[in-house]
Amino acid sequence: MIRQSIKKIGLVLTAVILLTAGIGHAEYDYIDISNPFLRKIPVAVPVFKAITGADGEIELSIKAADLLSSALAFTGYFKTLDRGAFLINPEEFGIVGPNINFENWTSIGAELLVTGGLTVKDKIIEMEIRIFDTFKQKLLIGKKYKGWVNDQRRMIHRFCSEVIYRFTNTRGVFDTKLAFISTGDGNKEIYFCDFDGYNPKRFTHNKSITLSPSWSSDGKWMAYTSYVKGKPDLYIRHIKEKRGTVVSKKGLNSSPAWVPGKFALAASLSFSGDPEIYLLTGNGKIIKRLTHSRGIDVSPSWSPDGKKMAFVSKRSGSAQIHIMDLDSGRVKRLTFQGKYNTQPEWSPKGDKIAYSAMGNGEINIYVVDTEGNHPVQLTHGTGNNESPSWSPDGSLITFSSTREGPARIYMMNAFGTDQRRLLVLPGQQTNPNWSPWTSRY
Amino acid sequence: MRKNVWVILALLLVIPGLLFTVSCAKKTVKSDATAAVDTAKQEEAIQARQAAIKAAEEAKKEELARKAAEEAARKKAAEEAALAAQKAKEDAEKRKILSTIQLFESEDIYFEYDKSRLLPAAREVLKKKAQWLRDNPEAIALIEGHCDERGTNEYNLALGERRARSAKTYLTDLGISSSRLTTISYGEERPLDSRQTEEAWGKKRRAQFEIEKRGIVMEWG
Repeated sequence: MIRQSIKKIGLVLTAVILLTAGIGHAEYDYIDISNPFLRKIPVAVPVFKAITGADGEIELSIKAADLLSSALAFTGYFKTLDRGAFLINPEEFGIVGPNINFENWTSIGAELLVTGGLTVKDKIIEMEIRIFDTFKQKLLIGKKYKGWVNDQRRMIHRFCSEVIYRFTNTRGVFDTKLAFISTGDGNKEIYFCDFDGYNPKRFTHNKSITLSPSWSSDGKWMAYTSYVKGKPDLYIRHIKEKRGTVVSKKGLNSSPAWVPGKFALAASLSFSGDPEIYLLTGNGKIIKRLTHSRGIDVSPSWSPDGKKMAFVSKRSGSAQIHIMDLDSGRVKRLTFQGKYNTQPEWSPKGDKIAYSAMGNGEINIYVVDTEGNHPVQLTHGTGNNESPSWSPDGSLITFSSTREGPARIYMMNAFGTDQRRLLVLPGQQTNPNWSPWTSRY
Repeated sequence: MRKNVWVILALLLVIPGLLFTVSCAKKTVKSDATAAVDTAKQEEAIQARQAAIKAAEEAKKEELARKAAEEAARKKAAEEAALAAQKAKEDAEKRKILSTIQLFESEDIYFEYDKSRLLPAAREVLKKKAQWLRDNPEAIALIEGHCDERGTNEYNLALGERRARSAKTYLTDLGISSSRLTTISYGEERPLDSRQTEEAWGKKRRAQFEIEKRGIVMEWG
């Protein structure tokens, strides 16, 4: 019975996809690109249907709906409706188009409806998930997944990636990770977690000060500064295979920033007597010296095409962000407000640079365009907000905030809305760095 | 008739000669006896004298030996005393050095906010430190640069580095060999004081000095 329905759905799905491909996205103009987070699309995600009623299915049905709701809400584009407002019970409604009374949903304001059904047998879970446009009463995406029960989260995220791609033409952040510093074990060490704060795991066991974690473009290497050998050295480490190099020159070896798409990175080294920025291979060999200015030159960040580099320099007299054109070597000053602008991070979209600015006794996150026009303050009056890092699709910014007291990892949309905490671990969490997309699907 | 004259002459010569010989012989027999007695006495005397000499020598030897032993004991005591005095002196010197090291180490120099240039007060402190380093030519100093925790980690690492180097450059300009000075920055990672006040921040913007204590071994009994 179900198999027949699925076959039907498969045909409908193919038809729908072909239709929409032909028409283009003009009909489905849900996301306003200029201000995508202002109007969130209301989505209803009822509890999945436990199809056979076998042991554990109901629990997983609730979990599936919860995961999906929070994932969609996480992106900032959607608002998931409270299940308490639903007019019908999960057991009563159908999960395929013909069996759905869409008025139950449009009447409570849902513009999108996600339905799911699942079966569980011997630790294998099978899920079918569909998303409908309730007003047009049309199926938008329907997918089926089968795998280990423990992979349920990953399957849900895969579906969400399809949804995000459908609406924004980008991959979303569901298969990304964060690296950050936490002091819970007595020293500053690097930890990883999923994009939503799940599964925190410790990465370094240096038992000394560790700083500035930085993901390579392929997500396979981690560069960071550590005092393992009693002085600030730069470590370049293959995450899975644990091999790598140490740049251990005299003085500082700090603030690594990988060149997009290349096995090379910029870093601030002070062996010449003064902190300057150098270009290095992924094996730690100096290719070229990039800055030639007395005074501090630190914290490089590359434009997505690797042609320009933002960095912090004291050459104008105070800590300001400058942009260097790699071909010509010309340096232009970016920030002119305030006396302390540091930690620049170039958006993967290429159009904006986030940074932290200190003034009036607190540090806040700002965003400015690449010409230095229209700096916008994103955090206000909430303690110190530092070290911003963009998601790979440029839609979200993670940063550390002391608004609660101890430093915690926070998340917000690129426009500064929906600021929320990501996770809490013992000690303080700082210096988050967002990974690139880590898998392909 | 002439023959008789010769006989009478001979007799006249011989008889007194005989008389003399007889009388001398008699005399000799007399002195031999006394000589024998004298020899024995003499030998006794000699022996006694020899014994006395021997005894005197022995006594002298003992006296010498005793004197030598006394001398040795006195010498030993004197040596030990000298050693102890020497050690006490060295310990006192070490303590003095350690306390001057402590004095050297305990005084930090301070910087203005976001600056690595040396203030006049800092220069004065560094001049004192240079003098100490000249007086202790074996010492090697480590200069640590620190910042207050306002500001961002990477920038503060660089600022701490500049502060440490600022101090080092001044000391080398004052004549201290740069091979005796090493620098390291800890940025904002090792704040002395967790308070967030202007006063506390001022204390954190510092360069600290530490002497490598190799070769100075203290034994406290």
